[in-house]
Amino acid sequence: MSAVSVQGLSRSFAGTVAVDSLTFDVERGQLFGIVGPDGAGKTTTLRMLAGVLPPTAGDAVLLGVSVAREPERVKPHIAYMSQRFGLYQDLTVRENILFYADLYDVPRGELPARMERLYRFSRLGDFEDRLAGRLSGGMKQKLSLSCALIHQPAVLLLDEPTFGVDPISRRDLWLILHQMVADGMTVIVTTSYMDEAERCDVVAMLHEGRLLGLDSPRVIQDHIEGSLFAVRGPDPRALRDLLRHTSGVRHATLFGDVVHAVTGTDITAVSLERMLIDGGASVDDVTSARPSLEDAFIEFVHAPS
Amino acid sequence: MMGASSSFAQSLRRVRSLVRKELRQLLRDPKTKRVVFAAPIIQLLLFGYAVTTDVHDIRTFVVDHDRTAESRGLQEAFTAGGYFRIIGRSDRPADIAAALDGGRAVVGLEIPFGFARDLAAGRGARVQVLIDGTSSNTATVAQGYASRIVQEFGVRQAAGWGREPGGGVDLRARAWFNPDLTSRVYNVPAIIGVLLMLMCLLLTALAVVRERELGTLEQLLVSPLSAGELILGKTIPVAVIALIDLAIICAVALLWFDIPLRGSVPALVLASFVYILASLGLGLFISTVSRTQQEAFMGMFLLFLPVVILSGFMYPVDTMPPLFQSLTLLNPLRHFLEIVRGIFLKGHGFAEIAEPLAVLTTMAVLVLAGATARFRKSVR
Repeated sequence: MSAVSVQGLSRSFAGTVAVDSLTFDVERGQLFGIVGPDGAGKTTTLRMLAGVLPPTAGDAVLLGVSVAREPERVKPHIAYMSQRFGLYQDLTVRENILFYADLYDVPRGELPARMERLYRFSRLGDFEDRLAGRLSGGMKQKLSLSCALIHQPAVLLLDEPTFGVDPISRRDLWLILHQMVADGMTVIVTTSYMDEAERCDVVAMLHEGRLLGLDSPRVIQDHIEGSLFAVRGPDPRALRDLLRHTSGVRHATLFGDVVHAVTGTDITAVSLERMLIDGGASVDDVTSARPSLEDAFIEFVHAPS
Repeated sequence: MMGASSSFAQSLRRVRSLVRKELRQLLRDPKTKRVVFAAPIIQLLLFGYAVTTDVHDIRTFVVDHDRTAESRGLQEAFTAGGYFRIIGRSDRPADIAAALDGGRAVVGLEIPFGFARDLAAGRGARVQVLIDGTSSNTATVAQGYASRIVQEFGVRQAAGWGREPGGGVDLRARAWFNPDLTSRVYNVPAIIGVLLMLMCLLLTALAVVRERELGTLEQLLVSPLSAGELILGKTIPVAVIALIDLAIICAVALLWFDIPLRGSVPALVLASFVYILASLGLGLFISTVSRTQQEAFMGMFLLFLPVVILSGFMYPVDTMPPLFQSLTLLNPLRHFLEIVRGIFLKGHGFAEIAEPLAVLTTMAVLVLAGATARFRKSVR
């Protein structure tokens, strides 16, 4: 049995469709990523899974229980960390964690061991008596995660957990997540960072409320039909604009100072460079590139449906 | 593993934890602590002295055309009781009008020529009293004092000349429960009701909406905490604090203002507790319907003012138009005032307050149930 089974899950707000009949399964112990730009419906999906937002159609079954029909029975076994996980700023680190321990009825005997473990992961132990309001952004996020983990949920739902977090804390957070998954926890995480999505076992690509693709990041990347070239030059923007008007190029995107161009299979690096120089551009080099998840995502969005 | 729904013990643990958290948050902030414990004392002192309808030292302008021992005696009678204070004298009646117009005097006393002669002749004396009616309460009281003083003066003069006072009925009114008709004795118990309502609204109106703004509400919603448990956890800490406030306010009322407490103390405590529940139920209701803290704050003031005005605290309910009189029946403060004045002044116990107490209990239950239902709905 899957840990999470989503069937035709939909949600509209005042006639606007935010999530459009999603269907997917998440296996136990899987790290499942939901990626997509802002407004893709990621948060709405997670809130429905968490049982705080009733779906307008469809259902999600978590651990064998329907969230549409029995949200209260799902709650004790999941954790949901919203994008703005609210910490009580005027309570200490310890008081915040203990409050959630009480809400979820964590056995008192197990508390010291669980706290110890969370402190080890999060390195918050030294700040136990500090008010949450006085923590740095990264530490706040780790405290939020600790609050969500104290009852050892079977399913953990995270909404952009690394949004606005410094790189070190970001790495710490992902280490904790990998540890939880290794322990058998099912984790569903949304992100708009593609490098984070590449860490997931399975990725669901969401765009305008619809599921564009669903597979492991590797399979999705290889899914790109045709070839991907990295084009470098003194003026990357001009190169991109020129590429967009070059026949045989499906689309071109700027990645820093490199332009990624997806083309049909009939084009080679040499022929592409030739065409660009003929078009009057100055080109440093054109190399064949391995598509990133981001390329794949763009390819999916642009693909005629 | 999806076990049975949460047991009573789990529910109790959640509520206790929420109560502890709320108390910690309330008492950790020194500003909140001041508001909760110092403000009631200051307000009671302020109200106790300021909200008084007793009238004394009424500024009086005198025009005495008679200039006799008797006319001076009448002036002394006016000032002797401390009710009137003479701020000016003249022999031109126009000066009275000027003093009243300019607001320098509230009362003008004009003693006509021949005042002493008329008295001596037993014809009955006439004096003219002009009163500034802008402040109707003061005017009424001043008028009452003035006519009583003039009447008593006449009687005394007549007796001095060995004559029977000119017939008629001699009315001797005696006020029960508050023999001196001191307004403080009447007002201070009522202030208890106003202060408790204010405290409860202040502490609860922001209780839920603050968590909504902070984002913690969403975390509580995904937890096994139920709507009823949340309301209970928000109610108990405020009720505890309000009861402590009640003790503080009563202590100040009894020890500082010497307000007599003639009735049953347990009845007072029980009625206050029920009243506190109704008040904080109102606050929670505001908090659950508000989206932002500002909205909740405005809602609170929009509620508080009519509650005070339509309670009989400042203006007696009996003198309101019938529509407003029936509106006051929906007002918990109105019922609490009836109880608290009854207990303090008339020495009431459980038997006498049973009816308003039943009304208050019904209100408390309805309002708290409404807040819970409204909260459950607002979540969606």
